[in-house]
Amino acid sequence: MNKPVKPEETGTILKVVGTRPIRPDGVEKVTGRAAYGADLHLPGMLIGKVKRSPHAHARIISIDTRKALALPGVKAVMTSADMPDLAAEHYEAGESASNLKDLSANVMARGKVLYHGHAVAAVAATSNAIADQALDLIEIVYETLPHVIDVEEAMAEGAPILHEQMVTAGLGETPTKASNIATKHRLDRGDLAAGFASADVIVETRYSSAAVHQGYIEPHACVASYAADGQTQVWSSSQGHFVIRGLCAKLLKLRFSDVRVIPAEIGGGFGGKTTVYLEPLALVLSQKSGHPVKMVMTREEVFRATGPTSASVVTVKMGAKLDGTITAAQVDLKFQAGAFAGSPVGAAVMTSLACYDVANFEITGWDVVTNSPKVAAYRAPGAPNAALGVECAVDELAEKLGIDPVAMREKNAVRNGVRAPYGPVYKNIGYVETLEAIKSHPHMAIPLGPNQGRGIAAGFWFNIGGESTVNVSINEDGTAIVSTGSPDIGGSRASMAMMAAEVLGIGVEQVRPIVADTASIGFSTVTGGSRTTFATGMAVVQAAEKLVIDLKRRAAETWGVEIDQVVWQEGAAHCLQAEKAPKGALTLAALAGSAGKTGGPIATVVALNAQGAGPGFGVHVCDVEVDPETGHVTVLRYTAAQDVGKAIHPAYVEGQIQGGVAQGIGWALNEEYVFSTGGIMENAGFLDYRVPVASDLPMIDAIMVEVPNPAHPYGAKGVGEVPIVPPLAALAIAVRHATGVRMHDLPLSPSKIRAAIDANAL
Amino acid sequence: MAQLSYLSPSSVDEAVKALSGTSARALSGGTDLLVQVRSGRAKPDQIVDLKRIPGLIGIRAENGGFVIGSATCGAMLSEHPTLSKIWPGVVEAANLIGSTQVQGRASLAGNLCNASPAADSVPALIAARATCVIAGPAGTREAAVETIVTGPGKTSLTAGEFIIAFKLPPRGPKASDAYLRMIPRTEMDIAVAGAGVSLALDADGVCLSAHVALGAVAPTALLVADAGQALIGTRLEEVALTRMAEAVRAACQPISDKRGTADYRTKIAAVLAHRAAVIAWNRAKEQA
Repeated sequence: MNKPVKPEETGTILKVVGTRPIRPDGVEKVTGRAAYGADLHLPGMLIGKVKRSPHAHARIISIDTRKALALPGVKAVMTSADMPDLAAEHYEAGESASNLKDLSANVMARGKVLYHGHAVAAVAATSNAIADQALDLIEIVYETLPHVIDVEEAMAEGAPILHEQMVTAGLGETPTKASNIATKHRLDRGDLAAGFASADVIVETRYSSAAVHQGYIEPHACVASYAADGQTQVWSSSQGHFVIRGLCAKLLKLRFSDVRVIPAEIGGGFGGKTTVYLEPLALVLSQKSGHPVKMVMTREEVFRATGPTSASVVTVKMGAKLDGTITAAQVDLKFQAGAFAGSPVGAAVMTSLACYDVANFEITGWDVVTNSPKVAAYRAPGAPNAALGVECAVDELAEKLGIDPVAMREKNAVRNGVRAPYGPVYKNIGYVETLEAIKSHPHMAIPLGPNQGRGIAAGFWFNIGGESTVNVSINEDGTAIVSTGSPDIGGSRASMAMMAAEVLGIGVEQVRPIVADTASIGFSTVTGGSRTTFATGMAVVQAAEKLVIDLKRRAAETWGVEIDQVVWQEGAAHCLQAEKAPKGALTLAALAGSAGKTGGPIATVVALNAQGAGPGFGVHVCDVEVDPETGHVTVLRYTAAQDVGKAIHPAYVEGQIQGGVAQGIGWALNEEYVFSTGGIMENAGFLDYRVPVASDLPMIDAIMVEVPNPAHPYGAKGVGEVPIVPPLAALAIAVRHATGVRMHDLPLSPSKIRAAIDANAL
Repeated sequence: MAQLSYLSPSSVDEAVKALSGTSARALSGGTDLLVQVRSGRAKPDQIVDLKRIPGLIGIRAENGGFVIGSATCGAMLSEHPTLSKIWPGVVEAANLIGSTQVQGRASLAGNLCNASPAADSVPALIAARATCVIAGPAGTREAAVETIVTGPGKTSLTAGEFIIAFKLPPRGPKASDAYLRMIPRTEMDIAVAGAGVSLALDADGVCLSAHVALGAVAPTALLVADAGQALIGTRLEEVALTRMAEAVRAACQPISDKRGTADYRTKIAAVLAHRAAVIAWNRAKEQA
């Protein structure tokens, strides 16, 4: 546990914010009582299951569901014919826009199957066993087509085309020939040729990473109930039940008011639960059968049909002067989108050079469709892939120049007033302070032994604000309820309660935070983009402040004084004219108890679109030891410094940093989608899809650097995504220094490392 | 719908009868079988739980060796007061299987009869020259561990047969064993390759007997006679270890799959056998 690093002390004295109370949702979770997506049971409920494609790419010739429907116990069978055939339409769903036509065809294949595991039909039956049997009775005739999964192969001339009507956008002119390249992105500044001409040293390098899954422990699960009058209810585990509502309504052409989505507790999302897979199918099956329908994915289905994030190939050309000044950078990013357009390559383009103040650059990005599951958001989508290439290139450059890697980054660091490569001018950023925190950390002074290496890498993420609604009410006994529309995936209930308690001047245990359903609170977009503590937190503070004004007014009326004669302190109204208040202060409990006489219930709503989210920077250092005979990597120690603005609940900020690093280590060392030549994922389970286990990880030392964001009442910045950005590069660089071999393709699995060491020895 | 019945016999004869059915499966810890039933990979019509048969759980010393009931779980092996001192390699191999929770259920017989080429306890048992006591319709018989598995998912056990115990032979002084495996993680994983080595030394540290067995480098675990032979009469000098490693590499016939390439598995098997031999030798020297 580290005390936050504060470059400048702020004046405000905070009593709750910055402390480490026990989370209000903790007891339910550790005692197994919390109700997750799969825990709901309704009377008459059926089990829904999905029939999935056995092919990576095929035309659907026919689907015959008659035998399945005739099986006793089967109450409904559906295909894409039971869903509206939508036109292409973009729908803003939190972090990323969805094309409704594509989304519809992803949840239930239309005409073609585009990946192994693509949903083709679904059944609802009275038991699991009958549903399984019904799936086997659905007869589908396919015409198989050649498939392509590798991103560069999909871009090549003559590759199998997934979407005959897709032409590349962003080329300046509209091509006539179909392509798997959905979009070319481009960002540039300055004079690239002149930049390289003025460089003393130039590196050209290429790094690739495999598709990896978010790896949330809870598989997708929901229950849907479609009533005869058209009112529907959906219980599901997601990062944003309003987005689930919006997508279900749009995909099935329902009125938003007829879709009520009730959030279940969520067992991990990491971006992957910001879209729909099962919910629209469960609604259709419920409508057709007249029963509530429950659908729960298996782990195998989660791997085959949800997530992952993109496999990518990043090439970097970078030039610098002898003093380390980077004069030019050219970055090319090729991203696998999966079956439909929409990889996070746009964010990769924008973040790739966001830590560097470079006068001349050109960044291109390619969004490429492939016969693999449609990618979903994953923690700082696109940024880790881009940072792998750029940070390793900076390390290569520093090595060539003989400059310390931290000094190299300091030399070129973005600072306040510098225009970010993606446009805006940086304000209140804490990048150099974060570099400083790493430079002066004892970790950097620990000597390394044989076969050990140290890797340093930086990372950036935008963080967003966005729309949130918050309802704060005071109960009759003076305790408070904070309702938000933001699912709690990282301890946000605790931080919401803390911010309300801080404003109201009461203990955090007096505040009960809840996540309200779509019919019980106003719109709130997803918990994603590291926005909730910032944006929903801002709404909580504003709502609590409105209540304090209301409470002061009530006290003023009670005492017969002007409101400016009342101050709110320690959870009570105090009168500046003591003689008017002979019984002393009016506590929150006293004001709540007499609310009926002072205007009725004490409650308020704040709905806002939060602006001014502060971008986040992280600098990581890790030490590894490589067994040269087996190629096995042991992560010896890991220190992650990050500008967090202000840690509302430091333990959960540390948890976010440690969690992001853990996922990044898995991505770097062992996680990958392994496809057979037939395009079938061969490791669709946690045995062979290797997320790190606890014993694979050292204690991850999280250093919180607090450079406050003035747009937030307490200075908070988003913290959840930045920590997954540097680890891929940090590990790759550390392994390079441990082995003397620079490896360019993640994951750095033992067999690859041993092969690289052997090849290097020849 | 097909129904799955569960039987928990209290005698060997009852169990033999129940297992004579065409698609009955024996259950001890269930850590492989129940997962396979749930996933649909195994579709037995009857599960015969052997744990209530007297003697199937427990460890006893007999004729200078040990008899381990076939359904004895991994945790009991490590908790036994003397087994780990005499056969540390067998116990460490069995204890590598799964998590702490799995160790409370998983058995040696299950690990063997699941017939995975990568089973961790099997190379250690083979190197230890362990035998199985097998009950069946024709009475009981004894067979060497390496004769049980005939290929991935296949055993030589006939209908109605099941293993009731493992026998570890008597151990002289200056003898010990070791097992090592390679996994990409640090636990909760399946061996990419594994090697068990059992040695008996004279008072000067010269190998009187040596047995080397490998896992995950062929359709079944392998006893590599040449590798053991390379160590006999030596004090594990570099030349002897090199010859052993060569014999190990020559014996490997692995596949390339999602868990590792054939080339990598072959190299690693030699590395592991080398390291396990050194550990076993050092342990043996410490023995009274």
